[in-house]
Amino acid sequence: MTAYLLRRLLYAFPILIGVNLVTFALFFVVNTPDDMARMQLGIKHVTPEAIALWKTERGYDRPLFWNSAAPTLATRVSDTIFFQKSARMFVGDFGAAEDGRDIRREIAARALPSLAIALPTFLLGLGLSITLALFLTFFRGTRLDFWGVALCVAMMSVSSLFYIIGGQYLVAKLWRLTPISGFGDGMDAWRFLILPVVIGVIGGLGASTRWYRAIFLEEAGRDYVRTARARGLSEARVFFRHILKNAMIPILTGVVAIIPLLFLGALLTESFFGIPGLGSYTIDAIQAQDFAVVRAMVFIGAALYIVGLILTDLSYTLVDPRIRLS
Amino acid sequence: MMNLQPVLLWSDLLLWLIVLAAAALALVSLRSAPLRLGWRRLGERNVATATGVWLLAFLALGLADSLHYRLPLPAGDAAAETRYGVEVFSVLDALAAPLREQHEKSYSAPLATRLAMMESAETPAGTVRVYPRLRHGGAHLGDNESGRDADVLVRLAAALALAALCWLSALAFVLWCLWRAGKRNLRQNLAALWRGETAFAWRGALLALAALLFTLLPLFLLAGSYHVFGTDKVGQDVFYQVLKSVRTALIIGLVTTLVTLPLALGLGVVAGYFRGWVDDAIQYLYTVLHSIPGVLLIAAAVLMMQVMIDTHPHWFSTAAERADARLLALCAILGMTSWTGLARLLRGETLKLRELEYVLAARAFGVSSGRILLRHILPNLSHIVVITLVMDFSGLVLAEAVLSYVGIGVDPTMTSFGGMINNARMELSREPAVWWSLAAAFVFMFALVLSANLFADAVREAFDPRG
Repeated sequence: MTAYLLRRLLYAFPILIGVNLVTFALFFVVNTPDDMARMQLGIKHVTPEAIALWKTERGYDRPLFWNSAAPTLATRVSDTIFFQKSARMFVGDFGAAEDGRDIRREIAARALPSLAIALPTFLLGLGLSITLALFLTFFRGTRLDFWGVALCVAMMSVSSLFYIIGGQYLVAKLWRLTPISGFGDGMDAWRFLILPVVIGVIGGLGASTRWYRAIFLEEAGRDYVRTARARGLSEARVFFRHILKNAMIPILTGVVAIIPLLFLGALLTESFFGIPGLGSYTIDAIQAQDFAVVRAMVFIGAALYIVGLILTDLSYTLVDPRIRLS
Repeated sequence: MMNLQPVLLWSDLLLWLIVLAAAALALVSLRSAPLRLGWRRLGERNVATATGVWLLAFLALGLADSLHYRLPLPAGDAAAETRYGVEVFSVLDALAAPLREQHEKSYSAPLATRLAMMESAETPAGTVRVYPRLRHGGAHLGDNESGRDADVLVRLAAALALAALCWLSALAFVLWCLWRAGKRNLRQNLAALWRGETAFAWRGALLALAALLFTLLPLFLLAGSYHVFGTDKVGQDVFYQVLKSVRTALIIGLVTTLVTLPLALGLGVVAGYFRGWVDDAIQYLYTVLHSIPGVLLIAAAVLMMQVMIDTHPHWFSTAAERADARLLALCAILGMTSWTGLARLLRGETLKLRELEYVLAARAFGVSSGRILLRHILPNLSHIVVITLVMDFSGLVLAEAVLSYVGIGVDPTMTSFGGMINNARMELSREPAVWWSLAAAFVFMFALVLSANLFADAVREAFDPRG
């Protein structure tokens, strides 16, 4: 088990290097730092001195890969944009944002509010959609199933923006049941969290219910289910002991991988409800064209995704005794 | 008016190219037995024909909006060379000219005759605050503003009658087709149609056509004299904006395929067929791209694209060209970030196919790898490609809205669903709430995405060999 984990982590490393190279190419090779400076300072009326100052302030005045002006071999490699801006992300050094704050500290402070929304949304959504999917599978082929699926498809066809805008308008503005936006500390937070969580659950319900129903239907058509019925087991027992258990592998494949990404929060929900999480941080950075923050978030997102893949493999051993990691 | 200068934007070219290529490929695919079966099974489904009618209507709208031209400027003297205005119009703009030209001052509710905002007006009694009359909405009513409801009802009745007429002629055409094809008489054909027993699911198509005619014709007929969906902050007709948004959505949904398909097909099939280090390299590439959360990768790429476009203004001669380049770059970025799923599917299927007896036999006969891929592997992957591409379409349309909201979508000068929602989201908190922009964008986007989703389901069921 430990050996397996170590090997998986070793496999993950080249992928992270690849992600690092992709982001480096995107941010420094596609456009030169001069272009970025011109963009940030305004296209017209920008002096070369202003560009030079902008680059020095952010450390973009170094060469890309190889600093031939540096005195020693070590500094020739390390005193470059690639080493300072990209390679140092591996040790958790993301540099400073445009407003001068340390990105790592900012991310650490914002991960918790993000998780406070994303985790309940995820758990409630998972429970509710699996329940509904089991329900629809139980009534498969009936009118109830047909209209249930039709409702799911209709719900999938509504842009998530409308769920958020509509929900915020109805619940918070017209009915005044919850605050419109904001975030509180400690126990006070739930008043602010309840609406974003409910909207998040409803917004994702259509697609996930339909997906789980497809998985359950596939399992329900298998031979072992017929055998179980032939043995005279009750329908409830067939559903919960056989179908649900065997459907765990495809469900886990899709679900576990996204658990670490919950830290990143929900981009849209957070920005609409003014929650100081990583999602709104990312959106603000994109809108302010804060390249350093976007770069850091890309790297963290990829790292969390890789963690998710490893967790997925581990979770298989929990539900399927035939799978052994070696 | 005769000497228009046609303007061929890249996105126009690509959209027309895709539609023509898709039609040609569909015709070619009729020669392959399994695909022909797929098409036949698709035609048997009422859902497929019904949503097909709707999608064709959206497509016609988008294609009409993809034929661009520039108008000549009024020339000072006749001998001089004709010069053209910088504004680029489309055929849709010409058809919907009143919608585009009839600007109001600001917000007005659907079918309103007055602005939704108070303004000061001078009267003999002094300055008073009134809701001023609209310049165009309901202007033909004159002083008889209270006659609006009656006027709307009359126009509505006329539109519904026209819709009924159009629909009945379509029904007559279908019955004629059925009569030509079979030996049954009119009553039997009508009964078969009613019960949905025709070989091609005409019932769904006709019902969808009825829904289309009975909603769109009234809208178009009323739009001549009213703002059916109201006007926005700068007084532009909202109905015109939704019509224009359809093209943007279609381009995002369709042109992206041009990037996804070659990448996924080329890399996925090659990885699965040749295995070894080629497979490792390609798998590494798509694992890296796939492990970056989609929105973040798109955001990073779009930010860089913006920098590139903004620092090179001399690349584009008109604003329309710049917006067009941005739209296509967005498609390219969406394509580059979304080919990994299809590539993985195709790789897996190729791995399976290459071990089958007929491929082994072909290899034993000394057929070259290229020929095996082309003749024996690719045709057997076509159902996966068709299903995945159709299913991706609605996701891309939805993604456009989110990206435009975040500020990394299409050019702000280009009308799109995302841009409309973004402009409209603060308007709900006005007093009284301005809901019509949002509602119009919602209805049109929902109709487009729902049709696409239902059609994709029907395609999956029809073409999936397991089903």
